[in-house]
Formats: sequence, structure tokens, C-alpha cells
Amino acid sequence: MKTVGIIIVFLAGTLLLYATQDFPPWGAPDSPASTHVSPRYLQRAMEETAVPNVVTAVLADYRGFDTMFETTVIFCAGIGCFILLRVFRQRPEDRYYRHIATEITLHVKGGRIPNKSSEFERIDALWTPYDLIIKTVCRILVPFIQLFALYVIAHGHHSPGGGFQGGVILGASVILLAISHNMRTAIDRLSEKADNLLMAIGVFIYTGIGAVCILLGAGFLDYRTLSAVLFVDDIMARSHGIFGVEIGVGITVMAVMISIYNNLASAGKQDEGL
Amino acid sequence: MIWQLDLAILTLIIVTAIAAISVKDLLGCAILFGAYSFLMCLLWAIMAAVDVAFTEASVGAGVSTVFFVAAVFRTTRRTRD
Repeated sequence: MKTVGIIIVFLAGTLLLYATQDFPPWGAPDSPASTHVSPRYLQRAMEETAVPNVVTAVLADYRGFDTMFETTVIFCAGIGCFILLRVFRQRPEDRYYRHIATEITLHVKGGRIPNKSSEFERIDALWTPYDLIIKTVCRILVPFIQLFALYVIAHGHHSPGGGFQGGVILGASVILLAISHNMRTAIDRLSEKADNLLMAIGVFIYTGIGAVCILLGAGFLDYRTLSAVLFVDDIMARSHGIFGVEIGVGITVMAVMISIYNNLASAGKQDEGL
Repeated sequence: MIWQLDLAILTLIIVTAIAAISVKDLLGCAILFGAYSFLMCLLWAIMAAVDVAFTEASVGAGVSTVFFVAAVFRTTRRTRD
């Protein structure tokens, strides 16, 4: 069976390699992909949307529907992971507490769980002492990563970047906090409820901007009509519309990344992670 | 496009791809997959698709590696059922 599989893989591989000979050369101006709409976008994107980065203009304006459903796919992925992994009914479980002054660890068997106090801190079952260097470096680094993520979202008009990349970096900063400290530290900052709400709010912002365009008397996601609300001309209205949409994408992607990590690393219990 | 750089990266991509599916250790597989994503990111950057390269670097090499490691961390050496 294994030899049959290898033969099939090699046959399919040679066939694909043979087919690549019919491809147009890399970057050819007369290839089918760059003869129909690409020249128009490249020539007129700047004067129509005032966005120098054509990729952003195509992604969020000319092909706004695509990006909307792409965001919805990410939202559905987050919801799917939540439904598959999250454990709701829990038995009273064992917990570990550490007395900060004497460094004695207590093992509390289910049932009576002590309240939060300044003398004891809750620790993971597989706890190793915190590394001062890792903890400090990550704590200093997280705000800068978040600032960079906001820059990537806001500067997507002029440089590579945008909602997806910025959202992922924003989510990664919270994941870094969860890895370097522990998961409860990250969940204290951004609770599960707020995170799941943000997932939906991002998609809502995107579709909401589209719906506002309908209410103002134009097609769905036709940002030109936003000029009546934003008090700018049509071209700048398209630019600002793209920016609003990117913010929605960023919020959804960030919340989904954090939610998937929390559910995956804690096996759905959302208390102890990596 | 510098063809020597292109050839080196394409060779490394094939090496990491074959290593990722043939290695026995799951954690090693996750890390090799991250390396594969990073090399793909370099290839996108060489082909002047900077937006795609950025996405590949942040999603492929960054967050998905963390997801794989988190999933591997929850597996055990032997099955429990």
C-alpha cells in the first residue's frame, strides 16, 4: 500500500511540474492575471481612494465582500474552537497554592477553595519557579508589541500591513503575557466574556459600516456615501471607510487568536496554560 | 530576484517540508513547520509580495507555531483510552 501511495505522489508531482511549463513567466505583463482588472486598479486606485498601498485598496474597497467573509470565516473558526474545546461543567478540582513568604506549596483537594489573599498565590499543577529575566523582559516588551500592532493597523494605507496582520500581532502580545506569566494573568487583563464579545464586535463593525452605506442611499460597502457623515469629499470618505473596516478586522482577528490559544492551551478549562 | 538566494531558499523549503512530515517527535514537527513558514515568508518577500510575506510571518511562523506547541503540550506519550 505504501509503494502505491509513493507512486501516486510521484506521478501527481511530475504532472504538476510538467503543467508549470505552461505558466506565464514570473511577473509577465501579458499574463492573464495582469491584463483584465489589475492595470485599472494600479492606475486609478490612488486617485479613486487616496490609498497609496494598492493591496489595501483592493482588499478593503474593490473586493470588500471577499474580506468581509474572510473575517466571518475567522470568526467561525474561533466559535468552532470554542464549541469543540470549552468545558463548562467541572468537577471540583485540585488546586495548588504557594505561601509567598515561606515558599511552601499547599495542595488543596476539591471543595473548599480559599479566597484570594495577599499571602497565598495560586500556581499551576506543573509549576516551575518564575524566571525573573523572562518575566521582566516580556512585561516591558508587551506594550511596545501592542503599539507596533496599532501602527500596523493604522498605517496599512501607506505600507504593508492592515487589519489581519495587526490583529494577529495584537493577539500575540496577550499570548506572550499568558506564556511568560500564567494564563490567569492574561485572563485577568482580558476576560473570556470580553474576548468573545470582541470577536462578534469586529464583524459587527465591518458589516455595520456596510449597512450605514445602505442607509445613506447607496450599495452595500460603497464608502463614497460616508462623505455625508464624515464631512469629507468622496475620495477621502473611501479612505476612511477602508480604515474603519480594517479596525473591525483587527478586533476580530485579535479576539479569535486569544480565544483559540486560551481554549487550546488549557484544554478548555481556561485556568492553566503552557 | 537573485537566483542563488532563490535556489538556496527553495532547497531549504523542500528539506524542511520533508523533515516536518518524516520526523517522529511532534514538538520537532511543530518547530520545523514554523521554519517552513518563515522560509515561505522569505520567498514571498523575494517575489515582492510584501503584504503576503507579512501575513505569513505573523500568522504562519508566529501564532500557528504557538498553537501547534500548545496542542502538542496537551498530548500524552500513550493514549488514555
